[in-house]
Amino acid sequence: MNAISTAITNVEAVRATLHDAMAADDRVLIIGEDVGARGNVFLITKGFLEEFGAQRVIDAPLAEASIVGVAVGMAMQGLRPIAEIQFADFIYPAFSQIVGEAAKTRYRSNGDYTCPLVIRTPYGGGVRGALSHSVSIEALFYHVPGLTILAPSTPRDIKGLLTTAIESDDPVLFLEHKKTYRSVRGEVPAGHFTIPIGKADIKKPGTQLTVVSYGYNVHQALDAAQQLEDENISVEVIDLRSIRPMDKTAILTSVRKTRKLLIIHEDNKFGGIGAEISAMVSEEALFDLDAPIRRLCGPDVPAMGYALPLEEAFMISTERMQHAMRDLARF
Amino acid sequence: MAKTVTARVLTLDRGGLSDEQLVAMFRNMLMQRQLDNRGFQLNRQGKIPFALGSEGHEGLQAGAAMAFVRGSDILVPYYRDLGLVLGVGITPLELLANMFARECDLSAGRQFPNHYTAHARGIVSVSSIIAAHCTHAAGIAYALKYRNESGRVVLCTTGEGSTSQGEWHEAINFSAVHRLPIVFLVENNGYAISTPQSMQMAIDDVADKAPGYGLPGMICDGTDPIATYRTMKVAMDRARSGGGPTLVEAKCYRFLSHSTDDDDRTYRDRELIAEQRKDDPVPKFERVLIDAGILDEAAIAALRAAVLHETNEATDAAEAMPQAPPESMYENVVAGPFEPWLE
Repeated sequence: MNAISTAITNVEAVRATLHDAMAADDRVLIIGEDVGARGNVFLITKGFLEEFGAQRVIDAPLAEASIVGVAVGMAMQGLRPIAEIQFADFIYPAFSQIVGEAAKTRYRSNGDYTCPLVIRTPYGGGVRGALSHSVSIEALFYHVPGLTILAPSTPRDIKGLLTTAIESDDPVLFLEHKKTYRSVRGEVPAGHFTIPIGKADIKKPGTQLTVVSYGYNVHQALDAAQQLEDENISVEVIDLRSIRPMDKTAILTSVRKTRKLLIIHEDNKFGGIGAEISAMVSEEALFDLDAPIRRLCGPDVPAMGYALPLEEAFMISTERMQHAMRDLARF
Repeated sequence: MAKTVTARVLTLDRGGLSDEQLVAMFRNMLMQRQLDNRGFQLNRQGKIPFALGSEGHEGLQAGAAMAFVRGSDILVPYYRDLGLVLGVGITPLELLANMFARECDLSAGRQFPNHYTAHARGIVSVSSIIAAHCTHAAGIAYALKYRNESGRVVLCTTGEGSTSQGEWHEAINFSAVHRLPIVFLVENNGYAISTPQSMQMAIDDVADKAPGYGLPGMICDGTDPIATYRTMKVAMDRARSGGGPTLVEAKCYRFLSHSTDDDDRTYRDRELIAEQRKDDPVPKFERVLIDAGILDEAAIAALRAAVLHETNEATDAAEAMPQAPPESMYENVVAGPFEPWLE
């Protein structure tokens, strides 16, 4: 067993994990905008430039396609680059590199070349980030075979999965919800610690309905479910952690037990992660269900507005989650 | 610097190359043309669905390959580099297995013709996406520099159309910022499928794009293998000795349609091609070798016969090979077992 260290925030967990990986393996490099002297806009890499040098902590030219493209080349040549996209909203210029190149490198060369690359990016809203600092991007990428997508929600899961991602021999898109950066705190195991890709985590056991979620929404769902205990409503909360691949067994085992499923994600509903989960459960466990599958998701509008009422209306409140859970429990 | 270098007849300026090296370049050019023609023939016979030709690029590719150090340098090619990969170590049989999409093809039948991969020989897997590989080349060069693997150079090739892509500019810029050991060779054949250079850029010379990024731009006559070798040698040696990146523009002409699916009669006059045929690199270099007394007519006829024979043998062998089995489609998606859902 790993020893338990003191509680840290999500952003500190990202920083500590990157630091450990950089210290352990000189094949690991960080390339991104303002990761050097500034130490990243969230101060995640502060001090790294001094400790590891400019060869390994690279302030990239302001061009996302080449941040990822150059990292793909480094990975092909045996390094283990970590490419940072400053905000997920800026990832679109790198779409071709991620989808067309990184995810297909192993496949198109039949294993002659591989792409052990991590692309880290902060995503999500609720931080007054407006149109271009709030977006959720997971649905744009989860369609792509060859790409792993991770979106852990706690310091422990961040440490375990980011370490696994860096040690993985294939490209990983690693999503960090900004609103959890400093609002979520928890303990992390000391020393080298990994969590396997594709394993969900039951954050709260329950019997009457299953909630599947990821990212910031997990913490809200846990709050909502805890409060519903007073009403004798028992909710099981599953944190996906890994979006591609997804943990089929965890979802089906829970749904077959509770017989009701509510999927919650901040990303908009149409074509979102919830649609795929819903389809899978319909295919595999329709006759185990006592109620229609429900999805509580972000609205299908192009972006989150800057004005507080617009942002609040986009984000899913804990109250709305409670209402949806209560409603489904009583179905 | 001179924008063109014309080979001198009789007193040959051989760029320091031996007779054997000059003949090797010529044989490479003959093989390129033979394999190009074979691809188009096989397509018209209905035996392969698609072919891409490099006809007109033979000179520059033979010259560039001669400046490449096997076992050390890394080639990040594009899809019109048949001669370059031949010169760097891919065999005619491998190229034909690729055309026929056979199981033993370097990509196991996944990739288009003229899309190669040979990691152990320093040839990087080819992407069809224009200029997407240029940033990879910069990353590979960064890795070489990071590991102090001095003396090793990355050669990244494109057509002139690629120089319109943002990623080409990003790769050039990144390479210049970090003074990477890399040479960007632009094989300027005047067309990107049907779009002429005049619609691609407002300048006559791609090399003029280099100074704005802080690296030298060089131009050579891409129909002349010796001229291209000399220019590439300078650029590769600069990169090899820590002098940073160079942009080399080799001017040539594309004699064939873009591919077997293209019909260039829809966008260029036959007279224009006939005019350019005067600078066809293969007969031009043949004349140079004869005039310099390196090869005679009989030796050239023997070379042509040997190249045809090798191509025929490779064609028959590749055609007889098994196709990739359908279940192989699930291999090498990711390192571990492939599935979007884990149980």
